[in-house]
Amino acid sequence: MEIEFLFWEGCPSHPEARQLLDDVLAEQGLDVDVRVREVFTQADAEALRFPGSPTIRVDGRDVDPDGASARPALNCRIYHKADGRSSPVPTREQLEAALS
Amino acid sequence: MTIVLATEAPTFDLPGVDGQRHSLDDYADKPALAVVWSCNHCPYVQAWEGRMIELQRELGDRGFELVAISSNDADAYPEDSFDAMKARAEEQGFNFDYLYDEDQSALNAYGAERTPEVFLFDRDRRLVYHGAIDDSREEDEVSESYLRDAIEAVLAGEEPPVSDTPPVGCTVKRRSA
Repeated sequence: MEIEFLFWEGCPSHPEARQLLDDVLAEQGLDVDVRVREVFTQADAEALRFPGSPTIRVDGRDVDPDGASARPALNCRIYHKADGRSSPVPTREQLEAALS
Repeated sequence: MTIVLATEAPTFDLPGVDGQRHSLDDYADKPALAVVWSCNHCPYVQAWEGRMIELQRELGDRGFELVAISSNDADAYPEDSFDAMKARAEEQGFNFDYLYDEDQSALNAYGAERTPEVFLFDRDRRLVYHGAIDDSREEDEVSESYLRDAIEAVLAGEEPPVSDTPPVGCTVKRRSA
């Protein structure tokens, strides 16, 4: 399993998302190296198809496929909870599903 | 540079999503005025905007007014265009003025850095609270309602119990020089 964690420093949500990812990996007993990559420029964002920070991919598949096709940009990514509310980090359920 | 406590509110005169222009003087009769840097595309704003609506609804008839301003570069972030702002205000039922600071003059005058970021002014238009709306973007995890408490204090003619907190949110998207 290959996990990519892409983030932009201008959005404050990445430490929380990284902690959540680590928690879910631990819960599932997965000992996987996470490839962390910082996105610095708009050109980087476009080259990496980065729709916002953070973006997490498992074996190349975005943990939130619905949001993966958004315009590449240096901004905070919008995730949606089950009740429709917005969040700057993916839900635990999205991560669990992506890692299962 | 962000304005500091006790600074007099910088003036502005900006178009609103309601089709009217709004200036600082338009709110002169309000004993408590919150100018909130905001935008459309930030998940932190989206998490808090329901509470902005609620504050205006609950405290508006006591003399509180909330004004949201978006200064984001809409060329680089089209989700924050003036047309998109109008649509967002309509969809979400904003009960406060939502103004577009296209040339970022208001942004430069206030020195906001994040969205959302609050500047609360008293009757004399002196800055008495700056920072976050409360201490959690998750509404059911809020333990400190900084802005609400500050508004209540201002309306009672008192000093806010907390006057400065770090705003938590997206960066304001400045235009390239």
